[in-house]
Amino acid sequence: MVTSVTNLGRSGLFDWVVQRVSALVLLAYFAYIGCVLLGGVDYTGWRELYAQTWMRVFSLGALLSLVLHAWVGIWSVLTDYLTERMMGTTGTVLRLLAQLLCGIVIFVYTVWGIQILWGY
Amino acid sequence: MLQVSIYRYNPETDSEPYMQDVQVDTGGKDLMVLDVLELMKTQDATVAFRRSCREGVCGSDGVNMNGKNGLACITPLSATVRNNKLVLRPLPGLPVVRDLVVDMSMFYAQYEKVQPYLQNDTPAPAIERLQSPEERAKLDGLYECILCACCSTGCPSFWWNPERFIGPAGLLQAYRFLADSRDTATRERLARLDDPFSVFRCHGIQNCVNVCPKGLNPTRAIGHIRNMLLTRGT
Ligand code: SF4
Ligand code: SF4
Ligand code: FES
Repeated sequence: MVTSVTNLGRSGLFDWVVQRVSALVLLAYFAYIGCVLLGGVDYTGWRELYAQTWMRVFSLGALLSLVLHAWVGIWSVLTDYLTERMMGTTGTVLRLLAQLLCGIVIFVYTVWGIQILWGY
Repeated sequence: MLQVSIYRYNPETDSEPYMQDVQVDTGGKDLMVLDVLELMKTQDATVAFRRSCREGVCGSDGVNMNGKNGLACITPLSATVRNNKLVLRPLPGLPVVRDLVVDMSMFYAQYEKVQPYLQNDTPAPAIERLQSPEERAKLDGLYECILCACCSTGCPSFWWNPERFIGPAGLLQAYRFLADSRDTATRERLARLDDPFSVFRCHGIQNCVNVCPKGLNPTRAIGHIRNMLLTRGT
C-alpha cells in the first residue's frame, strides 16, 4: 500500500468523499447566492441576509468546503507534477514549499473569512 | 507512397531519439500498420518493434499511431492515416529500449501488485469450484484483457505516477478478481487499494476506454472498485 503524509485523510477514499461532499456544498451555496443576486439586492438587503445566523453558518460551511476542496485538489495536482520522479530531490523540496505556501494561504483566508462573517 | 515518420532510438549509437521519414509503397492497399512496419523492415532491417500473433491476441505490438495508442496488427491504415501521413511512436510514458520497443517493467509491476490470481483458502472441492452462469457473466468485459498496455500508457495519471497509480489495465484486473465469486480475498484486496494513489488517481478522463483494442472499459471497473470501497468502508 502506498502511504502519504500530506494528503487530507489517511485514505484515498476519505479524500474522495470530502471532494464530492464539499463540491455539493459549494454548488448549493453559489446557486443560492446566484438566485439572490438575480432577484436583485441592495446594500441593506445584503446586510440583512448576512446578519442572519443561518446564513453565516451556511457561508462558513461553504468557506470550509472551499478550503478542504482546495487542499485535496492542489495536493493531487502537486503530487502529479512536482515529484521526485520528474525532478529528483528538487521536486520534493518544491512540492513541500508549495504545500506550505498553500497551507498558509488557506489558513489566512479561513481566519479572515470568519472575521468577515462574524466581525461586523 | 505512404509518408511514414517513425521514432528511432538505438541507445548504443544514438545520443538521443529522432524521427525518421520513410516512404513506403503500400501498393494502394488498405494494409494494417503492422504490415507497413514489416515492409519498412525489408528496407531497413534495423527497425525494431515487437509483434507475435499479428491478429490482436497477444498484445505485443501496442504502439502510438498518429497520436493514438493501439495494436498495429489490427489497425488498418484507413483508420489512422490522415493526409497520407503516418506517425509512429512507442507507447508514451515508458522507457524506450529501442525504436518502438518499450520497457514494460513498471506496467507489469502494477499488474503484479493486484495479485492477479484466484485466492481461496477454503478446502478445494473434489472436481472444481463451480459458478452460476450469472456469477460467470460478471467476469465478461474483464477477463478479455490482453495486457497490451495501450490504456495505461495513454493515461495521464499513469504517466505522472507510474509507480504509485496502478493504472487502468491493473485496475481492470483488480476488479476482475474482486468480482469473482470464487475469490475469498476481497477484504484484503480492497484494503490494499484504499490509499490516495492506487485507485484514486483516476480522474475519469477515459483515455483508457477510448484506446482499448478489445473494447473494454477500465473506467467502469474503477467505478465499481470505488463503490466497493465506499460500501465496505475498509
Ligand atoms: S479514466 Fe482513469 S484510468 Fe482511464 S485514462 Fe482516465 S485517469 Fe486513466
Ligand atoms: S484493458 Fe484493453 S488496452 Fe488495457 S491492457 Fe487490457 S486489452 Fe490492452
Ligand atoms: S501482434 Fe499480437 S496483438 Fe498485434
